[in-house]
Amino acid sequence: MADQGNEYNIKIRVQRDDFDLGEEYALVRKEAENPGAIVSFTGLVREFVDGMHGDEQSLTLEHYPGMTEKALMDIAERACQRWPLTVCTVIHRIGKLIPSEQIVAVLVASSHRDAAFSGAEFIMDYLKTEAPFWKKQQAGEQAEWVLSRDSDYKRASRWNRSKD
Amino acid sequence: MLTIRYFASLRESLGCEEESVSLAQDKDMTVTGLVDQLSSRGEPWGLLLDSREVLVAVNQSICPRSQTLQGDEEVAFFPPMTGG
Repeated sequence: MADQGNEYNIKIRVQRDDFDLGEEYALVRKEAENPGAIVSFTGLVREFVDGMHGDEQSLTLEHYPGMTEKALMDIAERACQRWPLTVCTVIHRIGKLIPSEQIVAVLVASSHRDAAFSGAEFIMDYLKTEAPFWKKQQAGEQAEWVLSRDSDYKRASRWNRSKD
Repeated sequence: MLTIRYFASLRESLGCEEESVSLAQDKDMTVTGLVDQLSSRGEPWGLLLDSREVLVAVNQSICPRSQTLQGDEEVAFFPPMTGG
């Protein structure tokens, strides 16, 4: 699913398939005007039970189609309003993933590194607390929903206080 | 009619993914009023009363429970998000 076309160069994708960070980076590099800096963040699935092989552990991501894309676009737009970001790409996977698989990518381009670093971090922090994704982890026969963490909310709320 | 959707652990606990509901009163009904209406069904619907563990979106935007409903919205209930 792609959601594009806005006053900023923002691309939002929610997909089952894996992504190639090299390809995404090349695309951002090509589209960015005067790209002095590109920051890319990739989130991977961690192992959550020691001593269990990757294929016995899995993480299944559920989301709210429609609202997810809207929420991610809103977060990316807020980042573009706050910092001079010329390109912004957010990719999030859904479905069943196993440890070490890629789950999320955020790439932002700007003329300067501080804007790019801050923009990428801002997007990740709000993605955690505002985008409607839910993880269920499974180890062997046992499955449980992952609980949200107060520390994620604290991380996101610090952007309300600091200006950069 | 409202379209009500439930996600993740809440969907499993309630055993319901989506339903259509008419508001019991047609004027000035808030999300809180809707939750009271749904929770009066008995268990496990009382789960919806926990405003810390159950978030609400109206027409796909997060909103407070004081939000007024017209009666034709898409309302979603779900636990705090855990993406990323």
